[in-house]
Amino acid sequence: MRSRGRLLYLFPLVALAAFYLLPVYVLTITGLKSFAEVDLSRMWQFPSGLHFDSFRAAFEALRPHLRNSAVMAVPAATISALLGSMNGYVLSKWRFRGANVIFTLFLFGMFIPYQSVLIPLVLFLRRIGLYGSIPGLILVHVVYGIPITTLIFRNYYATIPTDLLEAARIDGAGILRSYWYIILRLSAPSFAVALIWQFTSIWNEFLFAIILTKPSNWPVTVALNNLAGTQIVQWNVQMAGALLAAVPTLIVYIFLGRFFLRGLMAGAIKG
Amino acid sequence: MRRRINKDWLLAGLLISPSVLAIGVFVYGFIGWSVRVSLSKWKGLIANYAWAGWSNYEKLFGDPRFHIDVRNTLIFTVFFLTGAIVIGFLVAVLLDQRVPGEAVFRGIYLFPMAISFIVTGVAWRWLMNPATGSRTSGLNLLFDKGGLEFLANRWHTTPPPWGIAFIALPAVWQMSGFMMALFLAGLRSIPDDLREAARVDGASEFQIYRRVIVPLLRPVALSAIIILGHISLKIFDLIVAISGKDLRLDVPSIYMWTTTFDANNYARGASIGILLLVGVAVLVVPYLVFSLRAESEI
Repeated sequence: MRSRGRLLYLFPLVALAAFYLLPVYVLTITGLKSFAEVDLSRMWQFPSGLHFDSFRAAFEALRPHLRNSAVMAVPAATISALLGSMNGYVLSKWRFRGANVIFTLFLFGMFIPYQSVLIPLVLFLRRIGLYGSIPGLILVHVVYGIPITTLIFRNYYATIPTDLLEAARIDGAGILRSYWYIILRLSAPSFAVALIWQFTSIWNEFLFAIILTKPSNWPVTVALNNLAGTQIVQWNVQMAGALLAAVPTLIVYIFLGRFFLRGLMAGAIKG
Repeated sequence: MRRRINKDWLLAGLLISPSVLAIGVFVYGFIGWSVRVSLSKWKGLIANYAWAGWSNYEKLFGDPRFHIDVRNTLIFTVFFLTGAIVIGFLVAVLLDQRVPGEAVFRGIYLFPMAISFIVTGVAWRWLMNPATGSRTSGLNLLFDKGGLEFLANRWHTTPPPWGIAFIALPAVWQMSGFMMALFLAGLRSIPDDLREAARVDGASEFQIYRRVIVPLLRPVALSAIIILGHISLKIFDLIVAISGKDLRLDVPSIYMWTTTFDANNYARGASIGILLLVGVAVLVVPYLVFSLRAESEI
């Protein structure tokens, strides 16, 4: 009786899973059709065979931008994770007066609509000569990534017993030595969470990318949106392109999903 | 020993100072600068900080396009939040029954969180293709074939104001998995004893959810509302990817973009940015202060 009840629960879950997978199904089968087969009225039908023409065309168009995204997202994620680790350490283990206020002020930075800083950002980047460039975009992603990485590391370091650091201090270890020999050695899981979260959000980001970079430096999100916005590019190429743009973060999600989930929950603050 | 500790505090300050400086300048400094631009007469490529007082805000409040934006944001928010929270909660309840293959289901529901709104938009603009007759495609075609013609509709090209409500569909597709994860974590943190006790007292499963579990999940629901609410106020990429700069689906963040970077009306753009910030702050600040206070009590 109980097991039959459970099968009843399965029905809506399977139906819902189909709903979630629907766009992936369409993207995949369309991407795999030959140019001759592409027809809106047959969009739900399987391709006659595996044709990679669309993927080839999409890859050709997006290749430099996929590269831009990688060149941007990897260093930006790394630097903001390092800063987050330093901040998290100080804000959890060296709580000076006002540490909580600073933390709250950091956290608010996570929620602000970037439209409220966009104009000064453009003016500032122009002034320091980084407007339009990838390093400029990296700088921006590093800075606006600080709140979430600080939150991830602070919450994680709060679970490391203070006794451990106390003992090290009695043995004569200063703040930097404790950080280097104790905290960083224990930080692998939170680095995984912060790096994966940052990589994913920076790779997927669109607003900064479209406003702060010139066309040759466009990350893949902007290039894809541009590809999809033109009438010249066939829609099967657009769909193949969408899949290509999603592949790196999907791979990360499939293989390191539990770290991704933790980053997600950290963003919910109370998680 | 004492000196060592003082030195450590100094170093602690040094470790955190790059970030304090960066956030101070890029968040708070730039907000201040935006406020200043919003109070100026800056229109055109050359910076002009001539004082305009509140006039840019006053103009926005009388601007029909901004009225449409606010209406669109409200409609989108209602559909998006309701959809994502209701689906997320129901799925979490179903998954909480220890169904076989739970991990697989969770994986499927959550994967849209890992992809870009732009990718989502490109996929859904074809799924929500409004073309009719021989050019019918996307979900409408699927409905036709499945004998569900009555479901076929014009999606986001439905006449205003309801077109924007359909943008909530891909947004729910993308975010409801996150809500499921939040609610599931909440459900799993409720001790089994509590349910057992209610069961012993003769409560039905439905009553247990209604009287015991839902009230305990209120903090989770609040987090969900805050998170989705601020996403909803900022929604931008999804709409752009689905329909470009379609005025019928205009929202404040798109207006800010076009008025600033296409029309060079920096003063108005800054005003829209600041109004968005105020909207988010009203939602988020009490929440941040509250969670921090709750935490320091521990």
